[in-house]
Amino acid sequence: GQLALTEAELKEEITRTLTTNNPHAPQNIVRYSFKECSYKPVLVMDQMAVHFEMEGNLVYRDLDEARRLEGLPKGSYLNIFNCHINTAFKVNITEAHPDEEKPDTPVNICFLYLNQNKVTLAKAIPHVCFPQVTPASKADKEPKVRSQFNFSEMASQTLNNPMTEISCQTEPPQHCTFSANANQWEIYDAYVEELQKQEKNKEKQKTIQLKEDGDKSKKKMMLTETQNDDINKLGKAAKIIERMLHQNRFDDIAQDFKYFEDPSDEFRGQQGTILPLWEFHYDKIKKLSVTALCWNKKYPDLFSVGLGSWRGMLVFYSLKNSTFPEYIYPTSSSVLCLDIHEQRSYLVAVGFYDGCVAVYNLKREGQEPVYKSTAKTGKHTDPVWQVCWQNDDIENHHNFYSVSSDGRVVSWTLIKVIKDHIKRMKKYKTYLILPLFHTCGTSMDFHKQIDYLFLVGTEQGKIHKCKTYSRQYLETYAAHDMPVDTVKWNYFHPNVFISCSSDWTVKIWDHTINTPIFTFDLKAAVGDVAWAPYSSTVFAAVTTDGTVHIFDLNINKDEPLCQQAVMAKHRLTHIEFNPTHPIIIVGDIRGDVASFKLSPNLRQKQKMKKGQVQPKGPEVEVAKMEKLLRLMRGPDLE
Amino acid sequence: MAEVEETLKRIQGQKGVQGIIIVNSEGIPIKTTLDNASTMQYAGLLHQLVMKARSTVRDIDPQNDLTFMRVRSKKNEIMIAPDKDYFLIVIQNPSD
Repeated sequence: GQLALTEAELKEEITRTLTTNNPHAPQNIVRYSFKECSYKPVLVMDQMAVHFEMEGNLVYRDLDEARRLEGLPKGSYLNIFNCHINTAFKVNITEAHPDEEKPDTPVNICFLYLNQNKVTLAKAIPHVCFPQVTPASKADKEPKVRSQFNFSEMASQTLNNPMTEISCQTEPPQHCTFSANANQWEIYDAYVEELQKQEKNKEKQKTIQLKEDGDKSKKKMMLTETQNDDINKLGKAAKIIERMLHQNRFDDIAQDFKYFEDPSDEFRGQQGTILPLWEFHYDKIKKLSVTALCWNKKYPDLFSVGLGSWRGMLVFYSLKNSTFPEYIYPTSSSVLCLDIHEQRSYLVAVGFYDGCVAVYNLKREGQEPVYKSTAKTGKHTDPVWQVCWQNDDIENHHNFYSVSSDGRVVSWTLIKVIKDHIKRMKKYKTYLILPLFHTCGTSMDFHKQIDYLFLVGTEQGKIHKCKTYSRQYLETYAAHDMPVDTVKWNYFHPNVFISCSSDWTVKIWDHTINTPIFTFDLKAAVGDVAWAPYSSTVFAAVTTDGTVHIFDLNINKDEPLCQQAVMAKHRLTHIEFNPTHPIIIVGDIRGDVASFKLSPNLRQKQKMKKGQVQPKGPEVEVAKMEKLLRLMRGPDLE
Repeated sequence: MAEVEETLKRIQGQKGVQGIIIVNSEGIPIKTTLDNASTMQYAGLLHQLVMKARSTVRDIDPQNDLTFMRVRSKKNEIMIAPDKDYFLIVIQNPSD
């Protein structure tokens, strides 16, 4: 029935608006948004309602397809395309008649169909696009006629041969990855290599005659190099590591060595102490006693130890590694003395118990000395007690002197013998200089400034002053009652020397005076004595009761500044001061060497009055000693 | 030949040494006294570090070269001595 409404409701004005909204379009569509992970209402809906849709077969004339179709001959079947009726295009169409005098007349055309050879144009719905059809050229053949309404193509597929792919692949060219850095140092290395190659080439050109021998040896060398290219190259690295480990392990000693200055010296008055540092042991030298010690002047951390008793050994230690020696040379006979050349610190002269002397070259591989004296070349017949290097002679040959119990002082010169243009290994000549006439020499020292002047201490306790070019003694000093163990010139004062002996005394002399200036009784046989390289008035002595005595005559003329028992009181045999560091090394009868640092009181410089500048240099030392000597001589002269 | 072997033995016997590794120029360990895993770790990491350090030193002055490196940590100290083709790494605990 009808809806019953009240009066009011009937009069109610209801607004009706005409909108373009599509009433059929859904208004509450919700879509899941993955971005917000929730359902979101879709607000905008497509409001288009399609009233009429027709699929037609008309093509816009400016499209590529239309242009393509234009090329088609008359009567071709046109492709069918969709187009909406709502789009409007302006169309230019030509008349399909052969004579084209008015090609561009716009015509209202609707529908175009082809029927045999005729093209009929008919009126059509406006605002429709039309394809353009041009008449086929006359050269074309008769087009095929197909029925527009009732046509079906029947095609059949021929057999397609199966496709096989035949391809061949060539071997790819070998490639390898290459990468490198171009740093400053890579460039530098490359240049250096290039330079070396060039130099080698130059050398090769120069020495073409001596090629044959050289070639063979070079080939041999190359073979051996490739065979051991493994661990042996680590030699240097292993050494560095060993030293680093040593430094870590003995870190406190290393710190003491470098920096420790005993502060308690201030409270000790004039007394000083020696602080034990590293101890040097080597298993294989048990039962050998230290017979000689010598510091290397060029490398002040390297020192050599001569050992001997029933057999001998020469070892070199570095302060940087106290656990193992740097160089080891076992010898058949006890080493009694040694000396390191001042300038060529790789040459070491050694004197043996069997009377031989030898020279070792540290730079050479092998454990044999480069020179060794034999009976033929005039070796000593008794133990050699002291060897001393001298300066090179006029012909630049190295030479050294040796003194022995057989009563001779011999000068040895090392000469290279050149034979057949090839430098062959070397002989040496000896010059007998000084038969000592019924005395046996036990120690020797050359003057520091005057080359030809030297002192020889004898078994009878006398000291002879001699010149190298004369067979006469210049002077004889009745020094001791027992063999003179050591005689040493002072480093600074040209007149002063010191001597020590097993008769418990140490005496200091002025070589111009026949009697000693100072005499010290050390209450035990004195093994060795040494001057300090930094002061003309300081010297140290070791005794067989295991005590080190250090004197500074400038401070105390009678008493030692330091008297310390070291190394478990074994008999001490030798002592040496380090040329640069305030260190001494002491060797004992058990083959052990210990190093000690001198406390500040033992290294005192002269006290200056306030305001005066501390003078430096050896003249000061000389003056210091001279003052002392005058003081001692003073009452005598008068 | 025997000298180097002896030196290495002495190093191994020194107080506090925990291990020795020998690494070649490509960073591959050729001899070691530690277990495999640690060795590979040390070798790989230290190789890079040494290369970097050496490169730094030589960049500043191409005539200079690295002689050794020490890396001290709380627990131990790693010492590296590079050579032309190899380097030797030693780990020590000096307070042992």
